[in-house]
Amino acid sequence: MSGASDVIIVGGGLMGSSAALFLRGHGLSVTLLETDLIGRQASGTNFGNVRRQGRPIHQLPLANRAIAIWRKSRELLGADVEYLQSGHIRVCYRDRPELVGSMEDYAANARMEGLDLELVSGNVLRDKFPFFGPDVLAGSYSPTDGHANPRLAAPAFARAAARLGAVIHENTQIVDAQKVGEDFIVTAADGRTFRAPILLVTAGAWGNALSSQFGEPVPIVPKGPTMSVTEPVPYAILPTVGVMTPLEQETVYFRQVARGNIVLGGSTRGPSFPDQYRAYVEPQNTVSQLKHIRRLAPSLGRLNIIRVWSGIEGYMPDSQPVMGPSATTSGLYYAFGFSGSGFQIGPGVGETMAEIIAKGATDIPTEPYRVERFTTQA
Amino acid sequence: MAEQRMSPRVIIVGAGPAGTRAAQACVQAGVRPILLDEGRRDGGQIYRRQPDNFTRPYAKLYGSEAGRAQALHETFNGLKSAIDYRPETLVWNIAGGQVWTASATYADAIPFDALLLCTGATDRLMPVKGWQFAGSYSLGGSQVALKSQAVSIGHNVVFMGSGPLLYLVASQYVEAGANVVAVLDTAPYSARIKALPDLLAVPSVLWNGVTLTMKLKRAGVAVHNGVTPLEIIGNADSGVSAVRFRTGAGTEQDIVCDAVAMGHHLRPETQLADLARCAFAFDPGTRQWLPERDSDGRSSVAGVYLAGDGAKILGARSAEASGRLAALAALADLGLPVDKGEMTSLRGDVGTYAKFARGLAKAFPWPSHQASQLPDDAILCRCEGVTAGDLRGIMRQTGAKEANRAKAFSRVGMGRCQGRYCGLAAAELIAAEADIPIEQVGRLRGQAPVKPLTIAIGDDQ
Ligand SMILES: Cc1cc2nc3c(=O)[nH]c(=O)nc-3n(C[C@H](O)[C@H](O)[C@H](O)COP(=O)(O)OP(=O)(O)OC[C@H]3O[C@@H](n4cnc5c(N)ncnc54)[C@H](O)[C@@H]3O)c2cc1C
Ligand SMILES: Cc1cc2nc3c(=O)[nH]c(=O)nc-3n(C[C@H](O)[C@H](O)[C@H](O)COP(=O)(O)OP(=O)(O)OC[C@H]3O[C@@H](n4cnc5c(N)ncnc54)[C@H](O)[C@@H]3O)c2cc1C
Repeated sequence: MSGASDVIIVGGGLMGSSAALFLRGHGLSVTLLETDLIGRQASGTNFGNVRRQGRPIHQLPLANRAIAIWRKSRELLGADVEYLQSGHIRVCYRDRPELVGSMEDYAANARMEGLDLELVSGNVLRDKFPFFGPDVLAGSYSPTDGHANPRLAAPAFARAAARLGAVIHENTQIVDAQKVGEDFIVTAADGRTFRAPILLVTAGAWGNALSSQFGEPVPIVPKGPTMSVTEPVPYAILPTVGVMTPLEQETVYFRQVARGNIVLGGSTRGPSFPDQYRAYVEPQNTVSQLKHIRRLAPSLGRLNIIRVWSGIEGYMPDSQPVMGPSATTSGLYYAFGFSGSGFQIGPGVGETMAEIIAKGATDIPTEPYRVERFTTQA
Repeated sequence: MAEQRMSPRVIIVGAGPAGTRAAQACVQAGVRPILLDEGRRDGGQIYRRQPDNFTRPYAKLYGSEAGRAQALHETFNGLKSAIDYRPETLVWNIAGGQVWTASATYADAIPFDALLLCTGATDRLMPVKGWQFAGSYSLGGSQVALKSQAVSIGHNVVFMGSGPLLYLVASQYVEAGANVVAVLDTAPYSARIKALPDLLAVPSVLWNGVTLTMKLKRAGVAVHNGVTPLEIIGNADSGVSAVRFRTGAGTEQDIVCDAVAMGHHLRPETQLADLARCAFAFDPGTRQWLPERDSDGRSSVAGVYLAGDGAKILGARSAEASGRLAALAALADLGLPVDKGEMTSLRGDVGTYAKFARGLAKAFPWPSHQASQLPDDAILCRCEGVTAGDLRGIMRQTGAKEANRAKAFSRVGMGRCQGRYCGLAAAELIAAEADIPIEQVGRLRGQAPVKPLTIAIGDDQ
């Protein structure tokens, strides 16, 4: 037996790393196990949007909890994760005027959850942000959203957790998990075992491999969103920008980092290979992404991209995560399958899971995320 | 539905010596290859052609290699009607059996049965404090200035680094009438003596090297061996003003100059092989990661072949042989008849050049220790302005000791050049700082596009 603790966490992305930090805050001993290095998968490769606007209304309490943590991240983590409350604009195009109504409805409901949004016409937007193209009909501005650096975030949470005593094993892939008596025993590929009465699965796109071992298979689909970044140019674009549309192809977004590079994301997602821990960018997806970026902001057509990448994200059929206790096994908890939008809420997920585990309850609504929605026949 | 197999689709990337000889072998076998090169003209690096309006004679441009240059150019001219040559066409990605190209804003995806990567090399650079000042060039860059534009990089030029190109470009500058103030070689003279047995594998090239050194001495150029570069002195406004170094005997010296050409031999352009998902292996001789290939140039991926300096730095003559050999291997794999005897003899030629290359590596060793000795305030990654001290501090804070991990935290190698110029030195610094063997640091994963790609791509389609 390599180690015993109060809680074992399998998966060292943002969810596992932040849960480890907050569990230490509740005084529980924690062992965090990660196949690769901390925060190299979805949490380290994502676009970096720290945005509440656009999330389902039922998710806003969780997102609000997260934003409070992002705001104090520097003090909490003792590291700069480049969190910037720079604003977020969601726009719709002229060929979908009905979306203006959706934006208005959304803003009214979001306000009740404490998120203030401002609806702006295309012309006013173009006055303030001349990079928007003529196709942009209207936008919804969220001054309190922003972005952060995904490469830095999860590792900073894990280092902070380790400073508070969490034990972290990288290069440790869990291949078997069982409940034996009161304890979970998890076994790594190299034969090491770890024991604890509580097991938290934060294994991202790989979550189903573990939940299946407890009779709870879920229909998770791994995919790789398409990302690009430009050469650095003078810092001029403060807010993060994204398109509201029902079409995956048209869903593009961008942000400029303080260094000057503009990060571009979205449009068609590519295949990913969880078994190999690799996701590849399909060149045709890069070309199509850039086409849709030109529609959103034609002047970006003058720039060059210097790198593309992708990452492995687990998508659920209803785009909502599996988050909460197992229905088959006491002491077992899940938080995975964040369906392309787990970065912003990540720290809130960690704090909420720690609360559920340490206190047995939380005020944050988690009903929509129950694992039973996939495992019990209606 | 009779399967009417058309002529096999062969794509060659790179119109240098390797790619040209590969194309010639295809044409001789009755295959019309597509030859892609991002350059405006054929010839590749060493036999780079001058712009149309220049008329310098071969002997002046290519020196001892004039005959080979002319032969290669004439071969190419003769092939033009039998190949589908697309200049100014960048290959920026490879996926799903297709090569993705960009020509201005025109994007294309071209399927292939066999792909020959003949992508050549770029300078291998070792950072020196102050190397970001205007007036610092790579050896390759200074040679390009001379070959294609007939201009010198400065009035008083210092050549610093090591390797055959150091002497070659310095003497080309002397010949062109530029003022070469000094040649500062980090390799001790004794290394060359030890390398002699291997260098004798190709006596004529060895002799070329010896005459270069004599020519420099005769022109009164100060040549120092076994130096340690300390600093390129200058400032952001007026650029380079001097070079500071320690002599082999241990004294510090400044040399006044307004330009420095730097390099430590070459590194292969392996990004396309990486994107084609070829396996790589660590080569202890050069301390670089190289794509794996068999004696004929087959990579680990079926249908993908590697030749020339893009696979391993073996020089221009070897590139001609390995380009032809890889093409013959591809044609044989496609079921076309090839001369097995010729393949055997080409394999022998490449083996001889490989021996010579081992000699060069011994004679002009990569001064890996220089990276670990870089002062904290020296810039390591010029694109992103990351200093050696930044990287060391981030390693201490985060425990990062893998190349891609260190890049993710520090931005080293994350800029426009994608780590071409700082990646090898950064790996040495990480290895020294973490006290681990360099191969454990790993290698920076290649990502598309291999060169910057316009966002306007596909705009005209
Ligand atoms: C390209 C891309 C762009 C995105 N853009 C955004 C965005 O802008 N905004 C936003 O909010 N969200 C975005 N997302 C989604 C967001 O990144 C994820 O939802 C979030 O990071 C998920 O965190 P995680 O910890 O659950 O998963 P991960 O970060 O994937 O972590 C799971 C970890 O578990 C480990 N693991 C798996 N199985 C095992 C095992 N058996 N044993 C040990 N370890 C194991 C994995 O190695 C991995 O490190 C994006 C995702 C991607 C891929
Ligand atoms: C700057 C420089 C100067 C050199 N000078 C000398 C010299 O004077 N004497 C000497 O003996 N050796 C010299 N060398 C070494 C030289 O590289 C080789 O010996 C020889 O040119 C190798 O031939 P090759 O066919 O392998 O590659 P190269 O001649 O380099 O040809 C490679 C070709 O591939 C093209 N290419 C690469 N990537 C792509 C892409 N993604 N898309 C499209 N096209 C692409 C390039 O444009 C280039 O034309 C030099 C090397 C460099 C880098």
